[in-house]
Amino acid sequence: MKYVLGRLVMLAVTMAAVSFLTFAAFDLISGDPATAMLGTQATEEKVEALREELGLNHPLLVRYGSWLAGFFTGDLGMSYQYRQPVGELLAPKVAVTLWLTLLSFLMIVVVSLPLGLLSARYAGGPWDGLWAGVNQFCMAVPPFFTGILLSYLFGIVLRWFVPGDFPGLEAPGKALWYLVFPALAIALPRAAMTVRMLRSTVVAEMNKAYVRTAISRGNDRGGVLWHHVLKNALVPVVTFLAQTLAEIVAGSIVVEQVFGIPGLGRMLVASISGRDYPVVQAIVVILALWVVAAGTAADLLGRRIDPRLKIGGRV
Amino acid sequence: MKKRRKNTMLRVGLILTGLLAALILLGCFWTPYDPEAMDAAAKFLPPCLAHPMGTDSFGRDIFSRVLKGAGTTFGIALSTVAMGGALGILIGAVTGYFGGVVDDILMRLGDVITAFPSILLALVVISLMGPGKKSNVVLALGLVFIPSFARVTRTAYASLRDVNYVQSARLMGASHSRILWLHILPNTRQVLLPALTIGFNNAALAEASMSYLCIGVTPPDASLGYMLSEAQGVFQRAPWYALSTGLTLVSIIFGVGLIGQGLQREKGGEV
Repeated sequence: MKYVLGRLVMLAVTMAAVSFLTFAAFDLISGDPATAMLGTQATEEKVEALREELGLNHPLLVRYGSWLAGFFTGDLGMSYQYRQPVGELLAPKVAVTLWLTLLSFLMIVVVSLPLGLLSARYAGGPWDGLWAGVNQFCMAVPPFFTGILLSYLFGIVLRWFVPGDFPGLEAPGKALWYLVFPALAIALPRAAMTVRMLRSTVVAEMNKAYVRTAISRGNDRGGVLWHHVLKNALVPVVTFLAQTLAEIVAGSIVVEQVFGIPGLGRMLVASISGRDYPVVQAIVVILALWVVAAGTAADLLGRRIDPRLKIGGRV
Repeated sequence: MKKRRKNTMLRVGLILTGLLAALILLGCFWTPYDPEAMDAAAKFLPPCLAHPMGTDSFGRDIFSRVLKGAGTTFGIALSTVAMGGALGILIGAVTGYFGGVVDDILMRLGDVITAFPSILLALVVISLMGPGKKSNVVLALGLVFIPSFARVTRTAYASLRDVNYVQSARLMGASHSRILWLHILPNTRQVLLPALTIGFNNAALAEASMSYLCIGVTPPDASLGYMLSEAQGVFQRAPWYALSTGLTLVSIIFGVGLIGQGLQREKGGEV
């Protein structure tokens, strides 16, 4: 319990640092948002009035404080580009990206866990080299290229969905069906990585003395793999999967563009191109929270799985 | 003595990457056509003898453009690895060897930074520096990759800090810098070389993704990522455009990935 609290405090400290750095960095480069919003022809008084209204005349720390307070109450400031509150703008996009991420994560887990175990079971077999080559190839295909191919194959040739025409979350079934294809594009290289990671973890574990003992006592290999090895190999896998959650979000930044999905990633790219800093800032902090929270969750879960970690032992 | 197992992965990777690198090098000096030259009479030509990868919507020769674009991707990935690698190895070596409070703080920081996907970090840095410029892409990626290299190097150095040969070197009066670079560095190559290939691939992927999103390398500079975003729009008219561009990118990453994997196997074989 104490440890859980400690981890949560660390999460808060990390997030405070990340958000402050983001805030300060974007504050430094964004120049004067008031001029940016009103254009260069605006009169001096108008700019000054807007600066006062936006609270730009306060020192950095005060502005950070009020921004942070706003973050918790859902008030993230105004978008320069859309002249809309950032929170209102981002809320539906967060939902879309979350669905995409979860779908992709599910695919990775469902595909790579059995494949990883199978390839560890038959490690050193005649097909090993070819298998490793295929695995390496899957890792080399960038999600946006897979995305282009998938949207051609399933969208144009087979007409299973209409590329670029996202149905919106009001129709959850249709939206999820649309998201299957981008999720697949994101999942492919990452699933290959997970398979390789699982394979090497399990193979390393299989070479340990307790496995030899278990086998010499007459247990069959599959049983030992399932009952003994898997539990011991699980902790690094959980950590890796948490990292995967972070990587999927990064993948979705690009893939949302390929499939024209109105999610956080597409918004981020549009805001970077349009120098819409309040939006960029909010998205960066949201994504950072996602990454750090996934890491913390993996840590806590790892301690549930492996009690040795609780007494400070190393696996 | 057991005969060393053939390392097919390493060999295939080296051949593939060598071929591609030779083609790219050639592309720096000579391309079959001017990559920018438009030819209204030769729009959307499918692959043929005159245009091995066909032509695009402006009648430009795709093969020449792919050579130039692959050159950009390769060059950026190499400079990222050079920059991030040099600084990362320097930082990691010093902190790992000397340890102490600075080491603790820097590594905690490194843990947090490396938890973030490199594409996301690069996007943030590039939005701070201004998108759409080649030099900014290199700088952003170089910066982003420092912590991961530093972390790998640091772990290797920390484990070798007190081994026998380092202690004897110290007893013989060797200076710290001599121990760092002449004694320990050559023994970390089995960890560092695969890490460098992985870094190369991540950098190539990040560059291509950013260019695809039109915030990395943008015209007039050629880039595989930007070409893919062009090719996506005309996929039905000219599928060869996306395929040849994408497959070139895939083979670069695949080749270097095989080298990295092969190097790791090599390591595994020796232990």
